[in-house]
Amino acid sequence: MSAASHDAHEAHDDHGHGHEDGGAHGTLKDYVIGFVLAVILTAIPFWLVMADVLPSHQMTALAVMGLAVIQVLVHMIYFLHMNSRSEGGWTMLALVFTLVVVVITLSGSLWVMHNLDTHMMAPMPHDMREVP
Amino acid sequence: MSPDLVKTIFGRLTWDAIPLHEPILIGTFAMVALGGITVLAALTYFKVWGYLWREWLTSVDHKKIGVMYIILAIIMLLRGFADALMMRAQQAIAFGDAAGYLPPHHYDQVFTAHGVIMIFFVAMPLITGLMNLVVPLQIGARDVAFPFLNNFSFWMTVGGAITVMLSLFVGEFARTGWLAYPPLSGLAYSPDVGVDYYIWSLQIAGVGTTLSGINLIVTIVKMRAPGMSLMKMPVFTWTSLCSNVLIVASFPILTAVLALLSSDRYLGTNFFTNDFGGNPMMYVNLIWIWGHPEVYILVLPAFGVFSEVVSTFCSKRLFGYSSMVYATVVITILSYIVWLHHFFTMGSGASVNSFFGITTMIISIPTGAKIFNWLFTMYRGRIRFEVPMMWTVGFMVTFVIGGMTGVLLAVPPADFVLHNSLFLIAHFHNVIIGGVVFGMFAGIVYWFPKAFGFKLDPFWGKLSFWFWQIGFFFAFMPLYVLGLMGVTRRVSHFEDHSLQIWFVISAFGAVLILFGIISFVMQMVVGFMKREQYADKTGDPWGGRTLEWSTSSPPPAYNFAFTPVIHEIDAWHDMKQRGYVRPTTGFIPIHMPKNTGAGVVLAGISVVVGFAMIWQIWWLAVISFVALVASAIIHTFNFKRDYYIPAEEVVRVEDARTEALRSLA
Amino acid sequence: MAHAQALTEADKDRFYLTEDHHPENGTLLGFWIYLMSDCLIFAVLFACYAVLGRNYAAGPSGADLFDLPIVAVNTALLLFSSITYGFAMISAQAKKVKPTLAWLAVTGLLGLGFLSLELYEFNHLIHEGAGPQRSAFLSSFFVLVGTHGLHVTFGCIWLVTLMVQVAKRGLGVEMKRRLMCLSMFWHFLDVIWIGVFSFVYLLGVLK
Repeated sequence: MSAASHDAHEAHDDHGHGHEDGGAHGTLKDYVIGFVLAVILTAIPFWLVMADVLPSHQMTALAVMGLAVIQVLVHMIYFLHMNSRSEGGWTMLALVFTLVVVVITLSGSLWVMHNLDTHMMAPMPHDMREVP
Repeated sequence: MSPDLVKTIFGRLTWDAIPLHEPILIGTFAMVALGGITVLAALTYFKVWGYLWREWLTSVDHKKIGVMYIILAIIMLLRGFADALMMRAQQAIAFGDAAGYLPPHHYDQVFTAHGVIMIFFVAMPLITGLMNLVVPLQIGARDVAFPFLNNFSFWMTVGGAITVMLSLFVGEFARTGWLAYPPLSGLAYSPDVGVDYYIWSLQIAGVGTTLSGINLIVTIVKMRAPGMSLMKMPVFTWTSLCSNVLIVASFPILTAVLALLSSDRYLGTNFFTNDFGGNPMMYVNLIWIWGHPEVYILVLPAFGVFSEVVSTFCSKRLFGYSSMVYATVVITILSYIVWLHHFFTMGSGASVNSFFGITTMIISIPTGAKIFNWLFTMYRGRIRFEVPMMWTVGFMVTFVIGGMTGVLLAVPPADFVLHNSLFLIAHFHNVIIGGVVFGMFAGIVYWFPKAFGFKLDPFWGKLSFWFWQIGFFFAFMPLYVLGLMGVTRRVSHFEDHSLQIWFVISAFGAVLILFGIISFVMQMVVGFMKREQYADKTGDPWGGRTLEWSTSSPPPAYNFAFTPVIHEIDAWHDMKQRGYVRPTTGFIPIHMPKNTGAGVVLAGISVVVGFAMIWQIWWLAVISFVALVASAIIHTFNFKRDYYIPAEEVVRVEDARTEALRSLA
Repeated sequence: MAHAQALTEADKDRFYLTEDHHPENGTLLGFWIYLMSDCLIFAVLFACYAVLGRNYAAGPSGADLFDLPIVAVNTALLLFSSITYGFAMISAQAKKVKPTLAWLAVTGLLGLGFLSLELYEFNHLIHEGAGPQRSAFLSSFFVLVGTHGLHVTFGCIWLVTLMVQVAKRGLGVEMKRRLMCLSMFWHFLDVIWIGVFSFVYLLGVLK
């Protein structure tokens, strides 16, 4: 029995080779490009914050968040090999759906909770610093 | 032994945790223990342990796992319904000087356990079980995408159920309501084990739910038979797909929120506390981001069942197939932007409340479209009022009433009057019983012959339907009235005697539903006893339209000897129309997954981890957690997970079927 | 996808396939969907940080506590581990067992380095009286960053498991698929870390 099942397994392994390999493998070039871009996109925000380059904190914050979004895209493309074709587009569809839910969760929570705090006159952050 | 040593060994667990002073619990325990011992003794006497272990408990066959899910759900239904009867009885008698028989401390556990069990351990296993049983058959697959994971998911669900049941006899359950809102569920107000039982049972079961969601999505995406494009999938498969998408995209939120609550309780963090900057409303906000999609997780598969049942028993193609699909997808997406209607009264402003009020009203549009599709399917159809069809018609009447009271509650100013009242209780039982329970019962009766090869007894089936239907209206219409009069939920004692009559009527309704449940079980018992008379040798007892009816009842382990090729919606109907002839020769070996006990082991260890964490037996928690990780790793070293059913075996099974079919002709 | 469900000419008149039929393997898609669900767990943690992250309860704020050079080193470690994992995958594609194992080992060491630095940071904060119990801000900080750390820990355990399996079984289709899953997990954690260092650390220091 065990010998037979072992054979079955090997046969399956070989079979799988035919039409399933994920399709999404990076080349050395992909990884290097991704890495270099990621390093740059990491270095800039750290520099912006640590050296206090921009005139206002708000601008720095926006720049940091913008660069983060770009870097996420870089990782998605060069490290996770995302494209609209892999797995018949289902990975992309899953990603888009998840992002929609993430955005709803984040922005919805912020909106709802901020609105609540305003109406219920909850102590705002600047008060919180003094009140334990 | 020194107290410190005892505490190190047993954590919080002491003899006081065993509720010897509660006669009700001791009685229940005695009954459960006696029943359990009887069952175990019978299993040993008839020497079926080996059979059970090899053929069922370790099985990776989606059909058997589906059946086991449904059995779990029915067992837990009895527990959850016992809780319901206790509440109805208490509220019917506890007026004025009469305190009733349940002290508040116990009553609060009963309503919490009722909600938790009915949603997580009755409704969820019912839908997961039915999807497991039916979806692979409907898409012409031999199993799900990850058969072992399926077995593991089932046992994790069982593990969660065991954890809940343990709380009955060791310690106590949460007294917080089924969503355990902080700060009540925080350490300050619930320092005992109740909330910890709640958290760990849901976390253990949640792992199973999420994984089975992933499993079924991949199954539907990857394993459809050749030719079955998305728009040729049966509607039940469509609703299952959307339901599982919702599971995967919302259960992690529940997991995370409960993890944060446990972090507050175990590590002393301040997420949902009242001081140090914590905010309890954040918990309410987050848990309903899971909670609302959960409603649609439950009801979408039921909608799928009704679609299949209506088109089968009206002998017509479903009216508006594509509008049904689009409505399902729209509901899936919209279900993420309505969550705030569960807490309009939290204190947010008009802009927030009106946004969520409007989105809630919008989501009733696709649901209404579905109702019309079913009605138009029935219009000029040759309707056969068999039991599944009766549940379906009962659903349409009941659910529409529930939907309308839902739209009432979606109006924020109305909600300020009605929220937290018995009106709300009546509303959600109206949609969950009318929608999910009726749907699952319709599905069980409809697919039972497919799973077991014989039909259920129609007399008891009809009796069950009428008892449920009438009992439902007796039990919940009075709650609408009481809610409008301002009676709030979760109250164990009343002063105003004028309310009593309504509670008595409601308790009467609950007794009718009890008869409904008994009749439901009886239809299985009688059906089993008359299984020769009700046998289905054709594999297609109802004149079905989808692929599951093309194979034998019960289907062979491999479902289909040859993978079907699909040309049309309602593939089996199309095959029958075009003169399909069942193949009787040329069978080849079939590649199948092997059974494994790893799921049972992993889930068993998970329960130990949960128990140790609940009672704060730290040494046991550490050891069992390490054991859990180690067993999971050991399992990954098992590479021999599949085998071939030899061609001779396939020939033997298929020849037997040929013979059976010939004897019919 | 060359639609697995698309019919060929020959199938037009058939009701069933007479030959052996294997659906496509779904492991990578299934794992991707798992990652998406994990992503939602992080979304909740980020949402908590976004809502509660300024509730200092008269305690220290991010600007008082965060040590950006440590964060920069940690980010670098994780980034390097990403590309070394990439090299491991390239070696695995070429069926070279030894370089694969070597690159995996380097990746694991970088992961461990990341974890030790993070533990050092946590330890330091707790000793300063800025533990997770101090305020909702610190609760959400510790749990968010700690959950990411836990993921990296499990990634390391998984990595060692796979190294043993690669050493024992070589680089067949199944092993490559497993490496691919861990690869997605590892890169996914890096993506989450981008959010952490930008949103938590860098913006936390700003105010």
